[in-house]
Amino acid sequence: MAKAKAKKTPAAGVVEKKLISVADAVITAADRAKDPTLLIPVRSLANVNFNEKRGIIEMGKRKQERTFFNVGMAKKFMQTVLVADALSELQRAELTTSLREIYYRTKHTMKGSNENTFDNQNESDPLIEDLEVSLSALREELHVRAENAGSIVGPVVFGDDGDRVDCARLGKGGYSVPSIVEPDFIEIRRCTADFVLLVEKGTQWNRLSEDKFWRRYNCVLLTGNGQPPRGVRRLARRLHEEYKIPVYVLVDNDPWGYYIYSVVKQGSINLAFESERMAIPKAKFIGLSSADPDRYGLPRNVGIKLNDKDIGRARELLKYRWLQKKPWQDEIKRMLASGLKYELDALANKDFRYLTKTYLPRKLKEEDWLD
Amino acid sequence: MPAALAKPPTPEPKAAPSAAEMGARQREISVSEFFTKNRHLLGFDNPRKALLTCVKEAVDNALDAAEEAGILPEVVITLEVAASGEEAPVAASQATRFRVTVIDNGPGIVRQQIPPIFAKLLYGSKFHRLRMSRGQQGIGISAAGMYAQLTTGKPVQITSSTGPRAATHYFEVQIDTKKNEPRIFESKKIDWHHPRGTQVTLEIEGRYQKGRASVDEFLEQVAIANPHVTLVYNTPEGETRKYPRTIQELPPPPREIKPHPYGIEFGVLLRMLHDTRSHSVSGFLAADFSRVSPAVAVEICRTAKLSPDARPRNVHGDAAEALYKAIQATKIMAPPSNCISPIGEKAILHGLYKQIKGEFYTAVTRPAAVYRGNPFVIEAGLAFGKAPDQAAPAPADAPVVPLAEGEERDDDSELARVIRYANRVPLLYQQSACATFKAALETAWRNYGVAQSRGALPAGPMVIFVHMGSVWVPFTSESKEAIADYDEIRKEIKLALQECGRRLGMFLRRRERAKSEFRRRNIFELYIEEVVEACGRLKGGKLPKEKLKIQLQKIALKRTGGTRTDAILGRDNGPEGLPHSIIVTPDGPEGDAPALPELEPAAAAPAVEPPRPGKAKPAPAQGRAAARGKAKGKPARPAKAARSVKPARPARASKPKAKAPKRGKR
Repeated sequence: MAKAKAKKTPAAGVVEKKLISVADAVITAADRAKDPTLLIPVRSLANVNFNEKRGIIEMGKRKQERTFFNVGMAKKFMQTVLVADALSELQRAELTTSLREIYYRTKHTMKGSNENTFDNQNESDPLIEDLEVSLSALREELHVRAENAGSIVGPVVFGDDGDRVDCARLGKGGYSVPSIVEPDFIEIRRCTADFVLLVEKGTQWNRLSEDKFWRRYNCVLLTGNGQPPRGVRRLARRLHEEYKIPVYVLVDNDPWGYYIYSVVKQGSINLAFESERMAIPKAKFIGLSSADPDRYGLPRNVGIKLNDKDIGRARELLKYRWLQKKPWQDEIKRMLASGLKYELDALANKDFRYLTKTYLPRKLKEEDWLD
Repeated sequence: MPAALAKPPTPEPKAAPSAAEMGARQREISVSEFFTKNRHLLGFDNPRKALLTCVKEAVDNALDAAEEAGILPEVVITLEVAASGEEAPVAASQATRFRVTVIDNGPGIVRQQIPPIFAKLLYGSKFHRLRMSRGQQGIGISAAGMYAQLTTGKPVQITSSTGPRAATHYFEVQIDTKKNEPRIFESKKIDWHHPRGTQVTLEIEGRYQKGRASVDEFLEQVAIANPHVTLVYNTPEGETRKYPRTIQELPPPPREIKPHPYGIEFGVLLRMLHDTRSHSVSGFLAADFSRVSPAVAVEICRTAKLSPDARPRNVHGDAAEALYKAIQATKIMAPPSNCISPIGEKAILHGLYKQIKGEFYTAVTRPAAVYRGNPFVIEAGLAFGKAPDQAAPAPADAPVVPLAEGEERDDDSELARVIRYANRVPLLYQQSACATFKAALETAWRNYGVAQSRGALPAGPMVIFVHMGSVWVPFTSESKEAIADYDEIRKEIKLALQECGRRLGMFLRRRERAKSEFRRRNIFELYIEEVVEACGRLKGGKLPKEKLKIQLQKIALKRTGGTRTDAILGRDNGPEGLPHSIIVTPDGPEGDAPALPELEPAAAAPAVEPPRPGKAKPAPAQGRAAARGKAKGKPARPAKAARSVKPARPARASKPKAKAPKRGKR
């Protein structure tokens, strides 16, 4: 991916200062003959709170110390400083880049050894998130973008780098959602849709797009190909907020599907500090519900047996504070009781266009969704 | 099959032979004929293995004979490519015919015994007695001769002399396969330059190939388990390898024992009852078995409801069976173990140390145990690690290639090697069928800090040595390739390996502790460099980098034990001062103090070895201390090493243990 010039945002200078503060922490500690330490908020279930009033997950106050002179943490500490350095280089050069490029930029063999600073990208990715949270800088502000992993089609018009993008005239392929969709980068010029339908799977999004479902029901079709990336979530949120239209989520009937919905609605545990901008507390779960196989007469043989991992994950979900409402507890327990999960694709068992012709119309008509 | 048992004639007269005709076809099969057809049973399945088996049988006989006569064995093995017909001589690796010559300094063989020993199957001195020896059945060398006869048609050539003043006899013999009797081609007196000993020459079809299960490997392993033997090996490629003796005294001669009552089968009991010279059953029991006292004999008779005074010859049928059961039901002391001569911990250490380069050696001799009434001793040893000269080359002369993603530096991915012995003879084939191998797999090496995947040998630069000494080693086949898997045997092997493993674990942990301190410092030094550079860039180049670096290094030194680590690692002792070669004696980890710069240890240690093992160990210790002195070690170190090593090592070497029972008997 070519490096695109990032727009100079007012935050730029501030972010650079935040990154330099990492170096300052080292220098100050060294001056005082102390072990250099970075404080990094804990990104786990234990350190998130569910704000019931706002309906979103918020990050708690717990922080962990990352110290330099500790065998277990030394390398991570060193790597964090290297990543901070690479990020500040981006700021100065006004470039945006990908996670992978950051990894390559910071990877080298340490002088006088045969050890690499990084062995694979899994080591550098979490450090960027660490810096995001500890410096409370958004990823876009750090000039790091994710892959364009989402598509949109429907009656909505964007302005992107001065180009007019009319998503009603982009055939069945739609528009590829950029990873940064902040107003500075993407402008929503017009949206006449009645609702947004966020589909977990690309295959089902293709089915709906091909059948022009969006034209018939006047909606925006959005997909994130699995766990929706930030760009997709943020765009859904903007459409929801700026045009006051509801968001419906269509996912597989399995614990991972439930969690995708919960991330869209309340925010993710890992990046709880982003919920503020990302979460859509009013998003509705339209399907696939564990009640649907019965209601829509799906045969048992198109189900898939829950494996141990699925069951474990479902039990965890049952404990999440934001899934304590009775309908949700019933929903998950029903799945566990049946011992089966269903993919959206299983609807094709009845008819290739069952999703477009029968399932979704009936759902919308009966307003059969979970909140 | 008796004729009477043949099928009655069937209606078709043509196809079916009559009982008389069938009876006429029955005839005796000689053992020799049987083995001619079934040579794989004796280890002559393929040319490569056949060459090894011939060398093995000849060497076994040479060592057994010399040891029994109380002579420190010296054996010369020569392999030559034999030209077959007109063909031009070929390279050893291509040749198909070899001449195997084995010369020993043993007692020699008296003239009239030479033909039957080398040309009569199942003729020997070892089968009928219960005593630990390499050979057991009297098949080996004559089978090798038979193989020679079968593949090249050449007779076995034997030269033997029983002493400097006795005549030297030269024989050429073959085996008459029908009669299982020797056929003498040549018999004369000759002049021989050896004062005493035997020389055997066999010309056989074979293949010489190095590597696993080769003659080379076999002789190397013989040298490990028999440090009292001097071996000279002339390879077919014209090279001469010497394996000098490192222990100047013979293992205590094993004593012959009578069978233990638990170990005999019913049929054997019947035969013994018939053959005995005793006049009463109780007398027979007490006289012909080991560990049966007159009181125990009477008790057995009472259990069997038999009169102790009954004549043994009259005991048969139900009475004999009752007697057999009564024996099994009576509690009888375990057989004496002085019929076994273990190699001994010290000798195993020597053998391993001499042949295998490593950092750590240990050896364990278990007390004698019993399976099926046969006493046996398990010994295990371990050589671990790489000698400094084998270890990865210094980073200075080898440029370090940076690793790409997914690449790993391959270290220690090799699996351990198991070397197996039965009565001091290396076992090279059928490893996976062997009780020793199974026990090595079952041992939980991970507990001792060695990686091991499920169902595999432990990983790492490691040689596992297992020896079983017994009056009767239960092999899985006549070719003596694997030890049968008796529970008692496997259990003993595991116990021995576990002890070795524990010591290895201690060694590894100790070394790891020192190393990790060092690593901590080392990684901090590396990372400080990186962090300082990154901070410099973050600050836009406006940073006094040197100052920050020094500050951080100070903190690092303070946090990681500083100079103490240097001391643990022996770094102040020179750049190569890491303690690389360590022998832990059975006394335990106390003995692991000496740091041994590997200065020709294999040659140096034996050279200064005093002949008496009673005060054995000081020699290597001194040798090494001296060697270290040369290496400019701090004066304090050799002193310390000597202090801890000297008393530790000799104290326990197998000697006193092995001797004790003998002395008691005399």
